[in-house]
Amino acid sequence: MELTGAQMICECLVREGVEHFFGIPGGATIPFYDILPQYPQLKHILVRHEQVAAHAADGYARASGRVGVCCATSGPGATNLVTGIANAYLDSVPIVALTGEVVRGLIGRDGFQEADITGITLPITKHNYLALDAADLPRIIREAFHIAGTGRPGPVLIDFPRDVFQQKAEFVYPEKLEMRGYRPVPPPDQEHVDRAAELINESKQPLILAGHGVIISQAYKELKELAEKGNIPVITTLLGISSFPGSHPLCLGMPGMHGMYWNNVAIGECDLLIAIGMRFDDRVTGRLRDFAPNAKVIHVDIDPAEIGKNVRPTVALQSDAKSVLKELNRRVKSRSRDDWLAHLDELKREHPSITIRETDKLLPQYVIKTIYDATKGDCSVVTGVGQHQMWAAQLFWFDKPNSLFTAGGLGPMGFEVPAAIGVQVARPDELVWSICGDGGFQMTLQDLITVSANDLPIKFAILNNAHLGMVRQWQTLFYQDNLVATPLQNPDFVKIAEAYDILGIRVTDKQMVESAIYRAMEHPGPVIIDFQVEEQENIFPMVPPGAALQETLDLPKSEEERVVAHT
Amino acid sequence: MRELRKHIIIALVEDKPGVLNRIASKWRQRSFNIESLAVGHSETAGLSRMTFVVDANTDADQVVKQLDKVVDVVEIRDISDETIVSREMALIKVKATAENRSLIIEIVHIFRAEIIDVGPESLIVEVTGPDDKIDAMFDLLENYGVVEMVRTGRVALVRGPASSTPDIHELGEEPFERYPEGETPYSSE
Repeated sequence: MELTGAQMICECLVREGVEHFFGIPGGATIPFYDILPQYPQLKHILVRHEQVAAHAADGYARASGRVGVCCATSGPGATNLVTGIANAYLDSVPIVALTGEVVRGLIGRDGFQEADITGITLPITKHNYLALDAADLPRIIREAFHIAGTGRPGPVLIDFPRDVFQQKAEFVYPEKLEMRGYRPVPPPDQEHVDRAAELINESKQPLILAGHGVIISQAYKELKELAEKGNIPVITTLLGISSFPGSHPLCLGMPGMHGMYWNNVAIGECDLLIAIGMRFDDRVTGRLRDFAPNAKVIHVDIDPAEIGKNVRPTVALQSDAKSVLKELNRRVKSRSRDDWLAHLDELKREHPSITIRETDKLLPQYVIKTIYDATKGDCSVVTGVGQHQMWAAQLFWFDKPNSLFTAGGLGPMGFEVPAAIGVQVARPDELVWSICGDGGFQMTLQDLITVSANDLPIKFAILNNAHLGMVRQWQTLFYQDNLVATPLQNPDFVKIAEAYDILGIRVTDKQMVESAIYRAMEHPGPVIIDFQVEEQENIFPMVPPGAALQETLDLPKSEEERVVAHT
Repeated sequence: MRELRKHIIIALVEDKPGVLNRIASKWRQRSFNIESLAVGHSETAGLSRMTFVVDANTDADQVVKQLDKVVDVVEIRDISDETIVSREMALIKVKATAENRSLIIEIVHIFRAEIIDVGPESLIVEVTGPDDKIDAMFDLLENYGVVEMVRTGRVALVRGPASSTPDIHELGEEPFERYPEGETPYSSE
C-alpha cells in the first residue's frame, strides 16, 4: 500500500494506541494537519503555545500511563517545545515530540523557520531522529514509541521535513524492532537480591526511600508488602509521593530541602537506606558528604548510570522497581522494629513540621490544607514550581496511587496550566486541582482558552502572594531581604477568568476559603480561584542551600523567627 | 580534584550520521577533553569501532555509563586496565637539505619508519607505533625542523581471543515488553 509520509505517521500513531495529542500547526506541518480529518480517532488538542503542548503531553503521559504525544512546526515551534522536552527528560516521562522541518533541500541553508532541533534536543532526549525518507517512517515511529515508553522512560523527538510528509512510499509496518544498541531491562541479579535481603534482615533502623520508579513500574502493592513485612518506614521523594498510602502509619512523607524535619533527622540516624527508583537528587540529599553517614545503601534503579552517580551503594540492583521488590519480598523476614518506630514517632511529636499556625491571616498552607480536607486527597493534583508546590507536597498525603503531578527535576514554572490540561484529558472523570503560583500561572495562562474550549473542568487555585515567592524567600533568608525583581504587579485574575469564559472567584479573607473551594468543586466547569494570601510567608522546614540534612531549619517557633535572615 | 589519568575507551557504534555528535556531546557535557579519537569500520557491516583517549578522573566511569545508554552505541568499554595493544600512526614533514638528509634517513630506519615523500627541501615520514615511540621520533626530528605533523590518534584492542567489546546483543528480539504484565506504567489502580 502506497501512502504519503503524513498518512504513515497517522497510521503508526493509531497503531501505537494514541488517542489524544497536543499541538499547534505551522508552515512545515500543514501537510500533516491536512490529512488529520481522515483519522478522526486521533484527537488533536489545539494549544496556543508549543511549551503547553509538551507539558500537556507530559501530564497526559503521567496520568494515563501511555506515551504522550505533542506536535509543533519547524524552527520556533520546535524550539518552544524545548522546556517541555527537558522536563520530561529529567522526570523520566515518556513523550514523543513530532516536529516539522524545512524541506530536505533547504536543511542546513538557514531556510525560513529552520532550527537544528535534533541538534538542540540531543542532550535532553533519550533519542531523536531526522526522518529523511518516508519509507523509514514506520520503523522510526515504532522505535520512538518503544524507546520512550520502555526502560527508564523519556522523551523522543522526530523531525519531519515538510516534503517527507508529502512523499509517497510503500507502507511497511515493521513486525519486529531491531535495535542492537538499545538495552533490555535486566532481571534483578539474584546474588545481589540475596545480599540486599540480608542487609534488610540484619538492619535495626532501616528506611525506604521511594521515588518515581515505584510509580512508573506500578510497584505500589509490592512496596507496601515490603514495608509492612519488615516494619520499615517509607519516605517518599517529591516524585515518589503517592507511591505509598499517605495515611499508612509507616508513611513518613517527603525528605530533603523542604521535607519533613523528622525525615532529615532519621536519614542521618538510619543504619540502612533502601532507595527504590530514585536518583539521590541534591534536593533530597543536601550536602552529599554528610548524607546518611551511618547507613549502608541498597540502590534499586533501572538506569545503570544512576547507580553510583551521587551515592555509592553497598548493594546495587539494576532492574525495575517492581521486579526487585517482588524478589526482595520473597526473602525479607517479618520483623517488628518497635524501638525504631517509637523513636520516629517521638521525632514526629517533637518536630511537627507541617502544623499550620493559628492566625487570622490568609495563609497559603491553610488554603492547601482546606483543599486537601475538602477532597480527602481523592483527586489528581497538579502543581507549578515554587513555594506552593512544596506546600502541596507537604500537605497532600494521597492514598490513591499516582495522584500528584509535579515537575521535579527541571523545575519549570508554568507547568501548572498545561500539565493540568494533560491530566484532565487523560482522566476526564477525575477531579483535577491545579495548585498554581501567581508567577508561574502567568507563564502559560494563554492556554486557559484550551481549558474552556475543550470543557476541561480543572480547578485552578492560585496562591497569589504577589511575589515570585520562592526566590523572594531566598532573598529574605540569604540575601538580607534585598527583594530585587520579585514583587509582582499582577493582573486581575478574576477578570482573566471571565475573559476565558471560566468562573473566577477572588478570596481575600480566611473566612472565604472553604466556601470558595466547595463552590469550585460544585461548579461543573473550570474555575480559577485567586487566593490573595499572606505575601511574606516562608516555607519550612528548609535545608539551606549547600547545607547538610542535619542542618534543617525547622518550623520557626515565633513570628519574629519567621522573618529573621538566617545567614 | 582527583588525579587525571588517561582512559582508553572502545565503542562499537552504528555507522550513521550524527552518531559522533551524540557521543562527543556526552563528553562535552561533563567537560572532558578528548585527547584523540579514531573511527573506522569494524568487522561487522554497519558498525564502526571508535577508540577514545580521554584525560579523565574516575568520573570517566559515569560518562561510559551514559554513553552506553545512547541508542546508537552498541557496546562500549573502558579498557584502560586491560592488557591491550595500541598503535598510532603519524605523518611528519621535516625540513631536509642535501647535507642532512642522510642523517634523517638513519633516524627513520632506526625507528622502522618510512619515507613516503621526498622533495628538494623536505621529506615526509610515516611512523607507526605506540604513542611514546612517535613522541620520541618527533623529538629527534625536531632538531632538523618539523614543518607539520598529523597523528591518527590511538587505536586499541584487547589481547587474546575474545572481542574487545564482547556483549553484542542478539539481533531481532524485541527486548522488553512495553508494558510489563499487560499493564500500563503510571496508571492508578
